[in-house]
Amino acid sequence: MKYYSYYPGCSAEGTGLGLGLSARAIAGPLGMELIELEGWNCCGSTPYGSLDAAESIVVAARNLALGEARGFDLVTPCSACCVTLNKTAERLKSDSALGRRVNEALSVAGLTYKGGLRVRHLVDVLANDITPPAIAGLVKRKLDGLKVAAYYGCQLVRPYAGDAESPRSLDDLVRATGAGPVDFPLKSRCCGGSLIISEEALALGLIRKLYENAASRGAEGIVTACPLCQTNLDAYQGKVNKKYNTGYNLPVLYITQLIGLALGLPEKELGLDTNVVSPGRLLSKVKQEV
Amino acid sequence: MTSFVEEVADTPGGEHVFSCIQCGTCTGSCPAASRMTYPPRKLIAMIRAGMREEVLSGSSSWFCLSCYACTVRCPRGVKPTELAHALESLSVRHGFTVAGTRTPAMYRSFVGSVRANGRVHELGMMFRYYMTSPLAALGALPVGLKLLRRRRLTLKPHKSGAADLSRILLTFRESGGGR
Repeated sequence: MKYYSYYPGCSAEGTGLGLGLSARAIAGPLGMELIELEGWNCCGSTPYGSLDAAESIVVAARNLALGEARGFDLVTPCSACCVTLNKTAERLKSDSALGRRVNEALSVAGLTYKGGLRVRHLVDVLANDITPPAIAGLVKRKLDGLKVAAYYGCQLVRPYAGDAESPRSLDDLVRATGAGPVDFPLKSRCCGGSLIISEEALALGLIRKLYENAASRGAEGIVTACPLCQTNLDAYQGKVNKKYNTGYNLPVLYITQLIGLALGLPEKELGLDTNVVSPGRLLSKVKQEV
Repeated sequence: MTSFVEEVADTPGGEHVFSCIQCGTCTGSCPAASRMTYPPRKLIAMIRAGMREEVLSGSSSWFCLSCYACTVRCPRGVKPTELAHALESLSVRHGFTVAGTRTPAMYRSFVGSVRANGRVHELGMMFRYYMTSPLAALGALPVGLKLLRRRRLTLKPHKSGAADLSRILLTFRESGGGR
């Protein structure tokens, strides 16, 4: 059994409910114990840092302190949370004066951060701790014949993960389920992120390019790791079709949902009823006796 | 009297502004550059030319998507993404009004939700944000309803760590807050 502290991130109970549910669902079968960090707060993500850079460090640092006290690696399924927490740890390491002031502030809540926590993305854990061969070995329902585009989004890959220009982890995990990841050149091009709200036209244009690229490569669906990417590509597919007069019908699944399907877990447990673009077509392709 | 470029270099995220060689790789990699009045390369040139007013009142940096494409490709380690956020933070701290984008208002509603609940309550945040532009709310309604129907927008906030966070932030602000 591999133990991890778990930082779901704010969207895991909300717009990213499918991710929150499926991540928990696959943990046990894959030999992971995800122990939720008690009393965690929002990491601050991009918005907090843009409004008040220094205060955003404190907001994120409270979680680092909580995580360090537990002793396990801190794992999050949210790309933005992963980058924000890592960025904060890095800054605290390089700026000791800031570190002192942050710890001074944290101490009123009985917390302190000494700099020894590893914050990792769930995909990193699946790819490197659990590993695709082990996952393949646990597959009860091979997703043969399913052609999907493995979409990394930005922050899963940049700035901290190794191979920025040509990442492989998500493709390998997709392959482990039996599904076939299509060649997808725009695999880590931005979906527009939170600017879908304030600059919708810009984001819809970026999302459209992703559908075009994936569909032209034969993808029947998209598999992603980030809750913001999933929401953008899933919930706004109708809007993209309307704006550009296209007819994309690409279900967008979380990698954890895909793995869960391959492990034979029930659809409800994987939050597949929360997907806006119905995954029905994909599911009927792989429905077999488990 | 500190120059603008020194002010930026002293801000967390702006440290490497002097390293830029104006190669334009950042602008070439930026998915939002077409919407920026001053894309990254130009913005850095303006910082170094001391154009404080134009840079901090401008909307350009607010179009940064935090995709980090510029950051991983910059041959000089400038980290334009962090620089963009440093500029946003300076703009807010010095009370500049930014026209031409509603992203500052969106970020404000996000932060407001975090300060109130310890976590982002997505529906609450949307409410705060759309109060500032009711017309846009109409456009967002279809998607909102889709998410609501699929249990993806919780009605009540899930408060966590809010009290602790308030105390911690108060202490931090009293000790001088940001630089």
